[in-house]
Amino acid sequence: MAPMESSTEHKSDHVVPIKTYAVICASLLVLTFLTYRIALVNLGPLNVVVAIVIACVKATLVVLFFMHAAYAPRRTRLVIMAGIFWMLLLLGLTLADYLTRIPVL
Amino acid sequence: MSTTNANPPPATSPPQMPRENYLNANYGIRSWLFTTDHKRIGLLYLFSVTFYFALGGFFALLIRLQLLTPQGWLVGPDTYNRLFTMHGVIMIFFFLIPSIPSVLGNFLIPLMIGAKDLAFPKLNLLSWYIFNIGAAFALYSIVTGGIDTGWTFYTPYSSIYSNSQVSAAVIGIFITGFSSILTGLNFIVTVHTMRAPGMTWWRLPIFVWSHYATSIIMILGTPVLAITLLMVAAERLLHLGVFDPRLGGDPLLFQHLFWFYSHPAVYIMILPAMGVTTEIVATFARKNLYGYKAVAIASLGIAVIGFLVWGHHMFVAGTSIYAAMIFSLLSYLVAIPSAVKVFNWTATLYRGSVSWQTPMLYALGFIGLFVIGGMTGLFLASMGADVHVHDTYFVIAHFHYIMVGGAVMGYLGGLHYWWPKITGRMYPEMLSRAAAIILFVGFNLTFFPQFVLGYLGMPRRYATYPPEFQVLNVFSTAGASILGLGYLLPIIYFIWSMRYGPVAGPNPWPATGLEWQTSSPPPTENFETTPIVTWEPYDFEHRPDLGLPKPERAKRKPLEAPGLELGE
Amino acid sequence: MERSGALFGHFRDLDQQKQTASLGMWVFLMTEVMFFGGLFLAYTIYRWKYHDAFGAASRELDVSLGAINTGVLILSSFTMALGVWASEMRKRKLLCIFLIATMVLGGVFLTVKGFEYAQKFEHHLVPGPNFVFPGPESQHAEIFFALYFLMTGMHAVHMIIGEGLLLVLLIYAWKGSFTGGYNAPIENGGLYWHFVDIVWIFLFPLLYLIDLHH
Repeated sequence: MAPMESSTEHKSDHVVPIKTYAVICASLLVLTFLTYRIALVNLGPLNVVVAIVIACVKATLVVLFFMHAAYAPRRTRLVIMAGIFWMLLLLGLTLADYLTRIPVL
Repeated sequence: MSTTNANPPPATSPPQMPRENYLNANYGIRSWLFTTDHKRIGLLYLFSVTFYFALGGFFALLIRLQLLTPQGWLVGPDTYNRLFTMHGVIMIFFFLIPSIPSVLGNFLIPLMIGAKDLAFPKLNLLSWYIFNIGAAFALYSIVTGGIDTGWTFYTPYSSIYSNSQVSAAVIGIFITGFSSILTGLNFIVTVHTMRAPGMTWWRLPIFVWSHYATSIIMILGTPVLAITLLMVAAERLLHLGVFDPRLGGDPLLFQHLFWFYSHPAVYIMILPAMGVTTEIVATFARKNLYGYKAVAIASLGIAVIGFLVWGHHMFVAGTSIYAAMIFSLLSYLVAIPSAVKVFNWTATLYRGSVSWQTPMLYALGFIGLFVIGGMTGLFLASMGADVHVHDTYFVIAHFHYIMVGGAVMGYLGGLHYWWPKITGRMYPEMLSRAAAIILFVGFNLTFFPQFVLGYLGMPRRYATYPPEFQVLNVFSTAGASILGLGYLLPIIYFIWSMRYGPVAGPNPWPATGLEWQTSSPPPTENFETTPIVTWEPYDFEHRPDLGLPKPERAKRKPLEAPGLELGE
Repeated sequence: MERSGALFGHFRDLDQQKQTASLGMWVFLMTEVMFFGGLFLAYTIYRWKYHDAFGAASRELDVSLGAINTGVLILSSFTMALGVWASEMRKRKLLCIFLIATMVLGGVFLTVKGFEYAQKFEHHLVPGPNFVFPGPESQHAEIFFALYFLMTGMHAVHMIIGEGLLLVLLIYAWKGSFTGGYNAPIENGGLYWHFVDIVWIFLFPLLYLIDLHH
């Protein structure tokens, strides 16, 4: 590997234009409204799935554009994915216990 | 070659203390309490953790005294519950977790990578203050009656029914956790962004790799403990009853959250000691580390797989059998990267030019005792065997072999190995070897009987026991007194050496790392000029600057046993 | 281009300093992900176990206030991003305006939250001895509200810290510290603020929109 982290410098000098921010903000507000509207419809177990999916889309938009992850060095994206993955590990392995218990009685 | 001029010409005049170094750069208490120099902060931590080690040891002494007789003669069961709880809490959170990273890691990592300091020097100082503020809460909980929940704080006893100082204690541990998080954050960012030119990832010493892996655990695990303890405090203080069984709260939820951190925490305790051991083994076998990349990757492997095994603490708690099987399998798998390290240390020693200085004694002790502790961990990973020995002294012996026989010996070995770099002085060698041997003997006498006791059925955390267990308990207590002597001696001769020890010079062993390319003690800014690294780690063969005699390339002779014909 | 006064002594140059600061903030935010993750785990387990009670309890929350707060936070992230843009374009007064706007929006959020909390106290929905909830599963509803207060409370603590952070940034921004070419503190402060927004993006549907259609 090269002596210094060389792939990083110039990407981070990129200035995100205001228009991008405005589009993202509008999308987030629309998605919020969408979340609320869909919650009023009975989709059974799908309700929570849809809600989480929309929330994830919103979070992704914030991370990529407001937090500049789309323009950040690869190492930053690695850090982000590690954090999210670890939280999913916590949730997943614990749920693996609860969901596979044989109910007693 | 390094651009620093700190290496003396080989063997002409006795080494001199450098005129200006980080110790005498500034005087006065304020220059220490407000320092941002990572080396001084390492020493501040040394002072703090030594205090808490002594305090935790004091509780251990009381425990072992109590267990001299089957009926317990010293304290009643309520007090005994507090003794083992305080022993565990102090030793784990206020000694073992910080010890090597906050003392040796802080001191050495910038030196090892050729940087002037860590990435965030002020956060480093803040982490020491946070450590002590949290510890103050824990001390408060001790002097106001202590806690009796066990260091594991299982709910609902800790969250509702215990009348002891749980809130103060968990708040203290919560606060100190941030010290750990900040240290880990600092190390990770430092290794990514502060390496000197030429110091590539594959040239980093294993000590740095180990601390990088440890830091990953610190930053991803500790926050979960933090929120969990906060939930316990919230339940006690604010009636926000998340664990209250009367409301439908689930005790197992607490255990999942608690062990999600507390299992990886044991890898926080052992990985740095493994890093220390690697450095010592390479230096005192005077040989390139066998399988450097494997050892580096194994460090990361331990950190990652270590997060996937926490359910093995809950085999008898009521989890799903299928989840338990997964955790059991993963617990076996986590032994593999540790074994990789042991094989590589052994292969490094093989045909090395081995010498028996004190750091090497500790490193060899580490390898042996860690193997025993680790193998007994495999018995515990097997669900069937675990049902028999869970909550017995077998478990206690297992983790003390790793944490004391492993982590503490690694810590002491590291202190001895880098003492010349930290202070510029050598400690008395014969006395230190004697102390290491005393420690080893005392340790085994203390804890080996506990394997037997546990297997025979003596439960842990009990203030009394059946009379047939007394002999082994007495052995254990006797061993503990010898162990205590082994710990006392270094404190005495280390302090002595700071004034009267012979001057060490920049590279007394000698060793290959960048930290040995600057004076002992180093100047405040670590290096006169920024080093440029062109050599591979542990490459004793190609380091003429170390002034070592050329190694003889011994020819492989056939074995000389009669009757054996193993031709070459 | 470089404001040499901003360079700390242990760094080679401002670029290394900026990279370091940014990586540091991201790593810190991942610790926050794990911190809130513990609460999300508790929520997940209990919602799975006590689905109906959670639905009933959730319907006691004021969805419109929650939705308004979500919108407010999204807008505050927008103004924060605009602040970062202003610092990159070296527009000192504009940066200050956007920082103030962000703080005001954050203040609106906290005010609405405070109002919601006051309502909970009035309606005896605060866990503890005064908790009252109609129906057979009132104890499970009490767990919901314990989680509600823990999660939104922890979020609010982070918002308050964020407000403090923004105030400090505002003071230095007014002095021109971030419009001379080096704006890492504004960017990193922005990262923190956006993270707190993201937490709320998950809290809103998880707490307010359970079984809304009931």
